[in-house]
Amino acid sequence: MSEAVSALSGAEFKGFASVTETGLRGMITVRGDLASKAMTAAIKAATGADVPAQRKVAVGGKGKVAWMSPDELLVVVDYATVLDTVATLNAALSGGHALVANVSDARAVFEIRGVGCRDVLAKLAPVDLSHSRFAADEIRRTRIAQVPAAFWQTESDAFEVICFRSVAQYVFDVLRLSATKGGEVHHLG
Amino acid sequence: MSTRLATGGRLLNKAKQVTFSFNGKQLTGYEGDTLASALLANDQMLMGRSFKYHRPRGVVASGAEEPNALVNLGAGGKFEPNQRATTTELYDGLSATSQNHWPSLEFDVGVVNNYAARALPAGFYYKTFMAPAAAWKHVFEPIVRHSAGLGKAPKDRDADRYEHYYAFFDVVIVGGGVAGLQAAKTAGLAGASVLLMEQTAFWGGRAPVDGGEIDGKATDDFIDATVTELEAMDNVTLRNRMMGAGVYDHGYLLGYERLTDHAPALAGPRHRLWRIRAKQIVTATGAIERPLSFAGNDIPGVMLASAVRDYVANFGVSAGDRTVVVTNNDDAYRTAIALKNAGLDVPVILDARATGGGALAEEAKALGIRVENGKAIAKVKGGKRVTGVAICAQAGEGSVLEDIACDAVAMSGGWSPVVHLWSHCGGKLNWNEKYAMFQPDPNRPPLSHDGNPFVVPAGSAAGAQTDTDYEGFSLFETLRTAHDAANKVCQALGLNVPDLKTPSVSEHDEVALEPVWLMPQGAGTKLRMKAWLDYQNDVKVSDVRLAAQEGYESVEHTKRYTTLGMATDQGKLSNINGLAVLSDALNQPIPATGTTTFRPPYTPISMGSIAGEARDEVFQPLRRTPIHDWHEANGAFFEPVGQWRRPYCFPRGSETHADAVKREINQTRNSVGLLDASTLGKIIVKGPDAGKFLDMMYTNMMSTLKPGKCRYGLVCNENGFLIDDGVVARIDEDTFLCHTTTGGAERIHGWMEDWLQCEWWDWQVFTANVTEQYAQIAIVGPNARNLIEKLGGDMDVSEEALPFMAWKDGKIGAFDARAYRISFSGELSYEIAVPASQGRAFWDVVMEFGKEFDIMPYGTEALHVMRAEKGFIMIGDETDGTVIPQDLNMQWAISKKKGDFLGKRAQLRDHMASPDRWKLAGFETLDGSVIPDGSYIVAEGKNANNQRNVQGRVTSTYYSPTLDRGIAMGLVHGGMNRLDDVVEFNKVDGGTVAARVVDPVFYDKDGEKQNV
Repeated sequence: MSEAVSALSGAEFKGFASVTETGLRGMITVRGDLASKAMTAAIKAATGADVPAQRKVAVGGKGKVAWMSPDELLVVVDYATVLDTVATLNAALSGGHALVANVSDARAVFEIRGVGCRDVLAKLAPVDLSHSRFAADEIRRTRIAQVPAAFWQTESDAFEVICFRSVAQYVFDVLRLSATKGGEVHHLG
Repeated sequence: MSTRLATGGRLLNKAKQVTFSFNGKQLTGYEGDTLASALLANDQMLMGRSFKYHRPRGVVASGAEEPNALVNLGAGGKFEPNQRATTTELYDGLSATSQNHWPSLEFDVGVVNNYAARALPAGFYYKTFMAPAAAWKHVFEPIVRHSAGLGKAPKDRDADRYEHYYAFFDVVIVGGGVAGLQAAKTAGLAGASVLLMEQTAFWGGRAPVDGGEIDGKATDDFIDATVTELEAMDNVTLRNRMMGAGVYDHGYLLGYERLTDHAPALAGPRHRLWRIRAKQIVTATGAIERPLSFAGNDIPGVMLASAVRDYVANFGVSAGDRTVVVTNNDDAYRTAIALKNAGLDVPVILDARATGGGALAEEAKALGIRVENGKAIAKVKGGKRVTGVAICAQAGEGSVLEDIACDAVAMSGGWSPVVHLWSHCGGKLNWNEKYAMFQPDPNRPPLSHDGNPFVVPAGSAAGAQTDTDYEGFSLFETLRTAHDAANKVCQALGLNVPDLKTPSVSEHDEVALEPVWLMPQGAGTKLRMKAWLDYQNDVKVSDVRLAAQEGYESVEHTKRYTTLGMATDQGKLSNINGLAVLSDALNQPIPATGTTTFRPPYTPISMGSIAGEARDEVFQPLRRTPIHDWHEANGAFFEPVGQWRRPYCFPRGSETHADAVKREINQTRNSVGLLDASTLGKIIVKGPDAGKFLDMMYTNMMSTLKPGKCRYGLVCNENGFLIDDGVVARIDEDTFLCHTTTGGAERIHGWMEDWLQCEWWDWQVFTANVTEQYAQIAIVGPNARNLIEKLGGDMDVSEEALPFMAWKDGKIGAFDARAYRISFSGELSYEIAVPASQGRAFWDVVMEFGKEFDIMPYGTEALHVMRAEKGFIMIGDETDGTVIPQDLNMQWAISKKKGDFLGKRAQLRDHMASPDRWKLAGFETLDGSVIPDGSYIVAEGKNANNQRNVQGRVTSTYYSPTLDRGIAMGLVHGGMNRLDDVVEFNKVDGGTVAARVVDPVFYDKDGEKQNV
């Protein structure tokens, strides 16, 4: 196997908040009956976490799992272990109707860090990011300017944004513009 | 003359002088000035020219309602036309020029239109159209185009940046006057999340100018204390320089924040458009004073009484030394009193009411001001500047009683609540007879999704409540209605409202106004022709009356016929006066006439703020494959394919694109070429019902495909039309991988989900779009296998192990790969998918190992030509949404065994099965030339529109380097039954080119080259 490279090779920008491409992340689309025992067991085995409720992210010892739709989850693990995790999931779900797809390479991941991180996102996504409304264990599938994206909180002043790999440069560029000094909103941070 | 006073100017920082220029002239003002106040301070009363007659125009108002004082602001990338001087904060280095004049503001040739005014009445444009058509184009249009118009269009790219901001609040209060502040306090104390926005830079609105006391103190003290209190509340957000631009369905609200207009040197975005979701909206937008309609009311120096007072109190500027006040209400007396107290002369107050005013009138008289009841202005004297007024009786026809010299006129026709935001989303209005104004009807508010009101007016924007003893726009009423409005929205939100006492107020009592729509009441034609309603668009009382006389009864029609209220100010001053004149002419009450529609934005907002961040490199998302950087570094000429940029060709040195394409094709046909096919869609379809599902999605049978094999398939919509094509690979019993066209990936995935979620929800099928998980590279040409074998790895790619239309997983070189033996070129071809994160590395290795075969990448044009040489159809070329597979002779790809598939029934319709449909054939020009793109095959005779009849059209046409001649595919009546016929394709030069109908497969008809 050749060395795998992420879309922007770890591009960084420092404005009133920082924007960093985090590098490759293991991501697996899992579709199936989220209420089934097999799914509960599969997700537990793959991540150590429970199946999350609507719009929630559950964190386990080996990774996290995010609710994507009534029949879809996103499993997030280290890039190095993704093929093993796919195998674990496939084995656990083999008895029923389910789909497991490695989508790690189809994605880019960005971290927004700093007191103004919520304002950076609020310029681009039609989401209520206020502290009281956007919970720490929440994921939101939405858009960043003109492209689909999702994000969740990692710390009180840090978010991770995922998007498709082909638009990584676009997403980095709009996040960079949004975080550029002089554009502080001082509304959510 | 207008000048700066020695005292006054509550908004000024007199310690800080500011230099600016107007029409190149260097002038000075103070920090805190608006451009309008600074110009007045420099005696620059003449600020522009009107749209139609080029009449001299001076500032008439002091805020957002200003119709006249529009300027070109800034230069180069900072240039912006039609900026209101009254809302432009002065800054050091500001540069403004006046608009709509030639050669200069002082001397404007266009003013001849003024003398031709009789030839330019209401409906001038429409009447002109009734002249011979040629007259418009050659006579009127050039003249009108030259003389009409306001600011210049910007020529340079905008140097600033803009952004959006999404925000969510329980309560948004628009307007930071005392009403807005009071409402914010009430809602804030109740615990709601509150946004209070104010369009100007300061809080408190006009209360400090109008006087009165709150809780025994000056209004300024109340304002300061309340702002301090609000700033201390975590749940309250205060934003000034932010205008409520529009209210839309479901509590959606636009806030237009001007961040650097007052200080362009500041870093950051110039404007920020707040896209707000509010559960409840309070409109505390205040009221706007109305002009009076008398002859010469547009001469510079005639201003709204409130504006005259604002300039004195806020900016320490007088509009004139001697100001005549003319009014139909008590409020204008405040202006006379303020002027007198500032040491200026008020020769007379003309009160159109026969009985005169109340307490304020008494105060004015006590100051020694002459007050004339029942009197009016017959006409204003002067040209570019007021020199005096002629007085008459309001009840008469304008016989002059007396001439009075003055250099300014302060007029007041009463006040209209700013109901715009209330009305944007359907709030209805009532006519208040007593105050002669339209005001929000609390019983017919804008309703949200649940049928409940979501907008509540407060303060003077609510109008005057007739069910109380208190008078109209009193300070007391303002505060009371604000508190009530906040109460109402808090209750709607289920919040407990704090037990707040409305502050006590001391103020003057006022007596009622008397509606005055024309001054004097019996003014004849001559005076009416000089009585302006719309200053910016030059609409006069006579124009509206003419419209009525010509049969225009609807206010909306009259507006468009006369252009009343259609200028950049959207009739903030003119609408009510105009519809009152129309009502009078139609002899009907004002409510029967009604208002025109209030539409967002409240005042024009910048195009930049609407675009937000979407400009330059982020104007649109540009999708890049993992190999995009290599293409860029190696001189690719790109073409857009959806949001991707794909290399069209890779020209070398001074090579033309045509030569590059020829080279790429020859190399691929003779040795080996490389294509970045990563953009093609890849959708996993999995489940026990996957085969059954794909049998419905594709016209041919997919369920019989064996694992390890590929099959080409067609996708039609339910109307039978071909919408996509591609190769389907069966991965295992339950799993298929469907390739789509580049533009089809998201669309076909959505199409599949649509059917699975909405129609066949009980089928056990899941899909996943994995297009971007893989970099897919086509290695194409007779040496393709040799090259792959050289790369090493464990995959046997021999003909036996991996035959045509099969696929295989394994290692190619060091890469985990899946190889598909599919071909879109007619050559031996492998499409190899590797993980996207290794795509570039794989490409590099292939290029390196391919050197001995002279490997080179080819672009989309070579791809197109090669597939056309093979007679392969292309979605988007051979299809255009009206073509069914049968038109393309693809019956072979339509299963006759299947009970159903999407499009089947539609394809059985008479018209679809008609032998008269144009069908696919190949074409070879007799002279070897290339048929022009878009060409039609002509037929005998002409149709009813005198156009040449046609019998077909070209769909793909190229120069084929392989055959060294022009080749084409097209649709022709009769299709392949016309084999060997010679038909004529039309050309751009008007001639035609003869072509023979041939088999569309021009190259390797038996597929010997790809099937090896």
